[in-house]
Amino acid sequence: MATVTSNNINSDNRARSSKVESPWKVMLKRLRRNKLAIVGLVVLIIMAVAAIFAPFLTDFGRDETNLARSNAAPDAEYRLGADSLGRDIYTRLLYGARISLTVGFVATGLRIFIGVVLGGVAGYYGKTVDNIIMRIADIVSCLPFLPMAITFVAIRGPSIYNVMLVLAILGWPGIARIVRAEILSLREREFMEAATALGISDFKKITSHLIPNTMASIIVSATTGIADAILTESTLSFLGLGVAPPTPTWGNMLTDANNQFVLQHRWWQWVPPGLVIFIAVLSLNLLGDGLRDALDPRLKQ
Amino acid sequence: MENLLEVKDLKTYFYTEDGVVPAVDGVDFELKPGQTLGIVGESGCGKSVTSLSILRLVPNPPGRIVEGEILFEGKDLVQATESEMQHIRGNDIAMIFQEPMTSLNPVFTIGKQIMEAIMLHQNLDKNAAREKCIEMLKLVGIPRAEQAIDEYPHQFSGGMRQRAMIAMALSCNPKLLIADEPTTALDVTIQAQIIELMKDLKDKLNTAIILITHDLGVVAEMCEHVIVMYAGKVVEEADILELYTDPKHPYTVGLMKSKPSLDDNRDRLEVIPGAVPNPLDMPEGCTFHPRCPHAMDICREKQPHLINNEEGRKVRCWLYEKEGEVK
Repeated sequence: MATVTSNNINSDNRARSSKVESPWKVMLKRLRRNKLAIVGLVVLIIMAVAAIFAPFLTDFGRDETNLARSNAAPDAEYRLGADSLGRDIYTRLLYGARISLTVGFVATGLRIFIGVVLGGVAGYYGKTVDNIIMRIADIVSCLPFLPMAITFVAIRGPSIYNVMLVLAILGWPGIARIVRAEILSLREREFMEAATALGISDFKKITSHLIPNTMASIIVSATTGIADAILTESTLSFLGLGVAPPTPTWGNMLTDANNQFVLQHRWWQWVPPGLVIFIAVLSLNLLGDGLRDALDPRLKQ
Repeated sequence: MENLLEVKDLKTYFYTEDGVVPAVDGVDFELKPGQTLGIVGESGCGKSVTSLSILRLVPNPPGRIVEGEILFEGKDLVQATESEMQHIRGNDIAMIFQEPMTSLNPVFTIGKQIMEAIMLHQNLDKNAAREKCIEMLKLVGIPRAEQAIDEYPHQFSGGMRQRAMIAMALSCNPKLLIADEPTTALDVTIQAQIIELMKDLKDKLNTAIILITHDLGVVAEMCEHVIVMYAGKVVEEADILELYTDPKHPYTVGLMKSKPSLDDNRDRLEVIPGAVPNPLDMPEGCTFHPRCPHAMDICREKQPHLINNEEGRKVRCWLYEKEGEVK
């Protein structure tokens, strides 16, 4: 066979990497070098674990009240003090993490789903379809967030699901724009022409060739998106439009501290939830930055 | 023998802002099963658009097949629906592109991309497709195929990627393989290997090949039959030996002269004066007359016909019509 001789020549040309490295492994390797991102990731994992195992980490029930000890300062019994109804702040922080993190992840997941579907269709088909979808995106992103969110929750009633829904509905244009822009350039690449020449259908081309190529930017924008969602949930809950009491979230715990006297004399009622929100958002942003660098092809070494 | 592919009076025009560009303007040719046809011509003469038209891959807009028939096994591909085309692409007609570096999706392993086509067209399950894929990679001479299947395109060299592309194109045993300048982006030693490989596979699998190139050496190496295109039209069609020993059309003669050869010691190669005419502003009469050393009055006025003689030899030139040399 004529090709046998050429094999030997060719095998010398190739990079001698016996181990196959998938793009994900490469990304993880680079991420590991970024200390701050790893700190962020570890903090988030600790928070998630604490939220999941909340009942085992505290002696109190979530809504257990002890009016005799309301507004108690931190001591041996209430490690972070008690709120106005005598509920343990530490316990409520743990349970609040469940809601806040869930809202952050689910709302962002939903937002990405809508954004990727619409952005993918707009970018791939272009022309009229693109115009219609992107003009809708423009309209949605023109809507002022808080008034819209407040109206939405006011009509549908305050609940954790409505918070997720409103975050997704008002938040998708950002993701859709990113996905569309990437697909606009990707679809002109030769491997897409090659895919067409292999007889692959439009649906498969979008889902299995184009969207995986946009994963890097989606992940980065998702990470910071989760931070945004947690903050917005806090804002809505603080305004009494998020999750209804007595279910605790980091946001509605702050609502309890909504007056001058508490702010001045009972720091334990507002510093812990505020601090936790701050740490969670900071960690997510650090991780997002780390991922951005890890997924940047220009930094290939 | 039945013709596998018959292209009749194919016209693919591009409707641009500046006007209509007749990229392919009345091209005819036919191909028998297992035959290799070369399409030769300068850049922009319409060879790539011809091949894209066969697979209906011309970007629309601005491009459109305005006239003609492309009969593949008797079925007109110009009239076929998009879903019929999806079934034909990759399955009956496959294509290899010029740039192996960018024709593979960077985020998937080589195996996944080849298996996708196999699973789509041959209804094989994952394990069977994987085996078939390894078999194809071995066939195109990729060493350590069992490991290479799980590697990513960036781990392959240019020649390896072109081999993988060929494996992908041939994985569904197509009846026709269109190779659009498959060796242009490769260095010379790899070019020779790829040509060898394609010749080898052609004999094994009996696939008909349309080879598009501007490299006359590659054509001589591989093809049985050649058509020469100029400005969207076929100017000459001949068997490979006849074309090399006795080129008829002044353009073909010019192409042959401008080819470097080891045997002669010329300091400079001969060139065809001028450049390909602006497709928006084609010269009247024969499109080649401004560059033709034999241009006559009639060339400036009227389009020559494609003159056909008995041996399947065709030429589009007034010289031969007048002299009656090829009738």
